[in-house]
Amino acid sequence: MEEINSLFHGFAVIMTPMNFLLMVIGIVLGVLIGVLPGLGGANGVAILLPLTFSMSPTSAIIMLSCIYWGALFGGAITSVLFNIPGEPWSVATTFDGYPMAQQGRAGEALTGAFTSSFIGAFVAVVMITFMAPLVAKFALRFGPPEFFSVYLLTFCSFVGMGKGSPFKILASMALGFALASVGMDTVTGQLRLTFGFEEFMRGFDFLIAVIGLFGIGEILLSMEEGLAFSGKSAKIDPKIVFQTWKKLPAYWITSVRSSLVGIWMGVTPGGATPASFMAYGLAKKMSKNGSKFGTGELEGVVAPETAAHAAGTAALLPMLALGIPGSPTAAVLLGGLLIWGLQPGPLLFVEQKDFVWGLIASMYLGNLVGLLVVLTTVPLFASILRIPFSIIAPVIIVICAIGAYTVHTAMFDIWLMIVFGVVGYLFKKLDYPLAPLVLALVLGDKAEDSFRQAMLTSQGEVSVMFSNPLVGTITGLALIMLFWPLISRLIAKVRPPKVDEFANDRPVD
Amino acid sequence: MDQNSESSGGVRTGVATYVVEAVVAALLLLLGITVVISSWGLGAGWTSDGPGSGYFPFYIGIVICISGAGTLFQALFGKEKNTEVFVDGEQLKRVLQVLIPAIIYVGAIQVFGIYVSSAVYIALFMIYLGKFSPIKAIIAAVGVNTVFFLMFEVWFKVPLYKGSIDLLSFLGY
Repeated sequence: MEEINSLFHGFAVIMTPMNFLLMVIGIVLGVLIGVLPGLGGANGVAILLPLTFSMSPTSAIIMLSCIYWGALFGGAITSVLFNIPGEPWSVATTFDGYPMAQQGRAGEALTGAFTSSFIGAFVAVVMITFMAPLVAKFALRFGPPEFFSVYLLTFCSFVGMGKGSPFKILASMALGFALASVGMDTVTGQLRLTFGFEEFMRGFDFLIAVIGLFGIGEILLSMEEGLAFSGKSAKIDPKIVFQTWKKLPAYWITSVRSSLVGIWMGVTPGGATPASFMAYGLAKKMSKNGSKFGTGELEGVVAPETAAHAAGTAALLPMLALGIPGSPTAAVLLGGLLIWGLQPGPLLFVEQKDFVWGLIASMYLGNLVGLLVVLTTVPLFASILRIPFSIIAPVIIVICAIGAYTVHTAMFDIWLMIVFGVVGYLFKKLDYPLAPLVLALVLGDKAEDSFRQAMLTSQGEVSVMFSNPLVGTITGLALIMLFWPLISRLIAKVRPPKVDEFANDRPVD
Repeated sequence: MDQNSESSGGVRTGVATYVVEAVVAALLLLLGITVVISSWGLGAGWTSDGPGSGYFPFYIGIVICISGAGTLFQALFGKEKNTEVFVDGEQLKRVLQVLIPAIIYVGAIQVFGIYVSSAVYIALFMIYLGKFSPIKAIIAAVGVNTVFFLMFEVWFKVPLYKGSIDLLSFLGY
């Protein structure tokens, strides 16, 4: 029960009025980010990261992770009221959420969505509390080959579990690695791929890439679609909340199943988006009311929301325990750790106990505070979407520019942001996934270091990746993932595959 | 606000998706080749003290080449060629309406700094694309930037770019 003790210690660390205030500010900012088009969890956290440089790491991570929870909550508001998924993982929420709003049951849908988000996150946090220390302890024995094989598995999983062309996933990932290698080589001190440009010497910061790809790219896409927000209004009064809460226990199987799906997809870098679709699909198949899904079933809101939040939260486990994030937002948080001078990875649990357990305790509290904040402030956030897009769009571009500038106080980064914005627009339209690019850009240096160290110890023999059962298994899994598109084709020849009925709705991310 | 009106009827004209797909793939291929060549120059092999600087990027470059070539091939000769229109004229107009002012805005930041450029940018955007009255637009623009100024310069003490011609130097920040 060492974990429980540590957890209570964590609560003691974060229970200061200042941290509590930061938590509420974080949640409100996060919901705002989740509601506004063009600002998502990843780039919202990226933009606000520089503001936390002067805080203590614990306070900073509390605020940033609360922004993340807020963004997860916020996505549901736009899906239910406006039929516009604020985030890719809330697409599945629109299937039943919007019909409910059309029938005048918006309050019920939102309460259901928020509550199940909370439950999903809660189950995932409990899992993190007990699993993360174990994983970290196990990972302490890892050497460079083991770490490289875990990186390999992370990136190959994108190919194996992603949707769309495997070539495009590979391209996006390799592009990230190539951008990460620009600048000074950390081992030999040589300048790489700078082509004589002084500005390239600093290398490409992934925060700039995140702000450009997700922020500017998203604005360009929204502009193209000519967004006109015409949504249902919603008021949540306590009566509806309690009525909905009375109904929710009936769906406990769906909640448990969706939480497990979410946790699994979050730990492996499958991400929140596929998790929400998978949970919705499973619920539709297994529920008694499955045939009514899509016409406004509360269960159809519960399933994807629980899974998305469980996945979003579980993505923090590999980030904390191994230093390998499971989602772009977790990657941004990881980047924050590096900036605050903390080395993510198994040693974090030994050397920075206060920080780690403070963060885990803040996940419990942050989600609870988040639930209360969103339940009470929905009308406020819904009214933000009624502000004309021609005010919101330039303000968001200004915020992105400021965010890009503050990372390194470099003017050149604002230009880079625009370039990344155009790339993000093109990639989104052509179905290139952006998450592998961001993760590769963050992990590029570390993956390369562990690769080189592994190669050094073996004097260039690739066989070191199979030198012991552990590293061999992980590498083997990685290779299966990498060639999964081919393997699944072979399987399909033997046995006709099941048709994925949501294939067209699920966005590539 | 003209962006709200859906492109009205008629045939959508524009470049087919597979053409754009092929161009992006070709650019990726080109980038991959550049990475491969320059990493080769850095030493992609085994040096006296271990892998050279170009060792890792070299293989990354090869992966980019493979994926670029693969996508290019699929785009041009694939079974399901995507002949849908990538962007029609109306959509392209809307995108450029945002993109070109944004580029001019970044150029203006270089000269006048973030606060002045942002205020002008927000105001003009509202007046021309949002059809707001100039007074409302200017109030909104100045208001938003005052908040930013207080937040960054005063509260969080994160100085933002003032540009080569600092029009706000009288404020003393």
